[in-house]
Amino acid sequence: MQKEAAIREPLILGHKTYHDITEDVCRPIEDKAPKMWYILFGIALIIGLYGVGCILYLLGTGVGVWGLNKTIGWAWDITNFVWWVGIGHAGTLISAVLLLLRQKWRMAINRSAEAMTIFAVFMAGLFPLIHMGRLWVGYWVLPLPNQFGSLWVNFNSPLLWDVFAISTYLSVSLVFWYIGLIPDFATIRDRAKKPLSKKMYSILSFGWSGRAKNWNRFELVSLVLAGLATPLVFSVHSIVSFDFATSVIPGWHTTIFPPYFVAGAVFSGFAMVQTLTLIMRKAMGLEAYIHTKHVEYMNIVIMVTGSIVGTAYITELFISWYSGVEYEAYAFLNRATGPYWWAYWSMMTCNVISPQLMWFRKLRRSLLFTFFISIVVNIGMWFERYVIIVTSIHRDYVPAAWSMHYPSHIDIGVYVGTIGLFFVFFLLFARFFPVLALNEVKTILKGSGQSYKESPDYHNHH
Amino acid sequence: MSDKVIYVMYDDDHILKDGAKKLVSNGVKIAEVFSPFPIHGIDPIIGIKNTRLGIMAFLYGLTGLTLATVGMRYFMIVDWPMNIGGKPNFSYLDNILAFVPISFEFTVLCAAHGMAITYLLVNKTLPGMPAQNPDPRTTDDKFVMEIRLSDNSNFTVETIESLLSDTGYFELDKKEIK
Repeated sequence: MQKEAAIREPLILGHKTYHDITEDVCRPIEDKAPKMWYILFGIALIIGLYGVGCILYLLGTGVGVWGLNKTIGWAWDITNFVWWVGIGHAGTLISAVLLLLRQKWRMAINRSAEAMTIFAVFMAGLFPLIHMGRLWVGYWVLPLPNQFGSLWVNFNSPLLWDVFAISTYLSVSLVFWYIGLIPDFATIRDRAKKPLSKKMYSILSFGWSGRAKNWNRFELVSLVLAGLATPLVFSVHSIVSFDFATSVIPGWHTTIFPPYFVAGAVFSGFAMVQTLTLIMRKAMGLEAYIHTKHVEYMNIVIMVTGSIVGTAYITELFISWYSGVEYEAYAFLNRATGPYWWAYWSMMTCNVISPQLMWFRKLRRSLLFTFFISIVVNIGMWFERYVIIVTSIHRDYVPAAWSMHYPSHIDIGVYVGTIGLFFVFFLLFARFFPVLALNEVKTILKGSGQSYKESPDYHNHH
Repeated sequence: MSDKVIYVMYDDDHILKDGAKKLVSNGVKIAEVFSPFPIHGIDPIIGIKNTRLGIMAFLYGLTGLTLATVGMRYFMIVDWPMNIGGKPNFSYLDNILAFVPISFEFTVLCAAHGMAITYLLVNKTLPGMPAQNPDPRTTDDKFVMEIRLSDNSNFTVETIESLLSDTGYFELDKKEIK
């Protein structure tokens, strides 16, 4: 058993036993869903279906239904793509990087954060696919032998790197998540009373029996997957940033992009985890497992990554002047004072000022304030991508071609629709899947549980 | 062949570990331990070797890296060299920087999936497989030690039971296998 400083706040509050943990996590799955779940699911489903309708209309009509024009060929959809990929960074970061760093508090949130990651990457992947216009030839991004004069995809293009990065990230995250889920599905299977749910969880649990050898392999596989996923997390958003950084557009052609995008991704991802877990812990009665200390830890991550992002903004601004390249300087001047000044300053306020408030212990331990900031951060991070993408291209080298981007209602419908679909998936997850990593939380009960920490022989335990 | 199996259930991982230590030091072979979460330190006691899946992951990763390198060299250098902004494309080395991201991603892809699939296969955990834990409570809060008489020909059920009597077990169950 791992020892932990006695003065450190326990990670599991109350006097829980192993059985209590099982009960607390399985009860919401076994009980009838509360009315609120049906209401939220209904709303999310309607919004999601509206989004699907917009996508179908887009596919039937063409990408012209978006608010793009000759100057602004990339705008709303790639903003949404980068935004969702960014959100999708927290889950694997929590489960992989924090596993390698032996941060035990991750165990309360890793399962739901990983689920969030997977659903967010689903939503992200949708945007490049529909931007192709002809979704049915989407498989052309793969290097398949073909009849077009052996025409291969361009491996020198960051867009193709993105195809590989996003699909690797999605599938590896999915595998990582599922391998952790198997033993927990077995727990639900062994408790299930109704034949249908017994059958379902029996299939989902792959016949897991919890043999000592299985656990030996399980731990190694988790560790190796964490080791593989850690550089993967950093590579994915670096590669997303290459989409811009390897171009020669002033405002995009920036070597600072990879680390700055990764920090931004972690920043927005943790904000989304806060938004979701703060509601989930309350709705599912998991306050003993996800409590103020967990929220505080996540707020510290938000503060650190937010500060990295803020530093990057200012560095970028300084370098645009220091480089002496007038086009570069203009791109940034135009961002701050041009027609999109409001987007730039919303981004600055949401992403640079708001995380600095987390220096105050009172604020970072306030759940209500955290919830508010988590939403502010995600609005700010959406604007960041919009500012980078649209303000850099809306005024190019020929003033006659200068233009503005106005989203069409299809643009907005697809975006809002993905938020709906995301919540459809997340609500289904919260209803049918164990939202806490049961088998992992049980391993820290004796090291970080309140009753064990308070017991007199805690220090003598081996 | 008929065999007698003893299932000893404990309600704490440390008590089971202490019990297992005692049994093993008396020469009893423990066939299996079922638990709701990994019991750290049980493997050397009951004689389970560390898994070699890590080596497999490395080999799968190496395969991925090789495939990516061979593939990209063929597509971009041999079969259809593209002139992109006049950048050199005469050899793989000239162009290697552009191939780094995909080489990395494909290595990770193959290592992770290869290892995960191998893990499921060697564990015999696949969709539709029946559960094999002796008691449904072993996925909740109970820990079960399985002792087979065929592994312990020097002992009788009674002698094993007497060894177990002061290990603080929760339940004891005997089964005949035909």
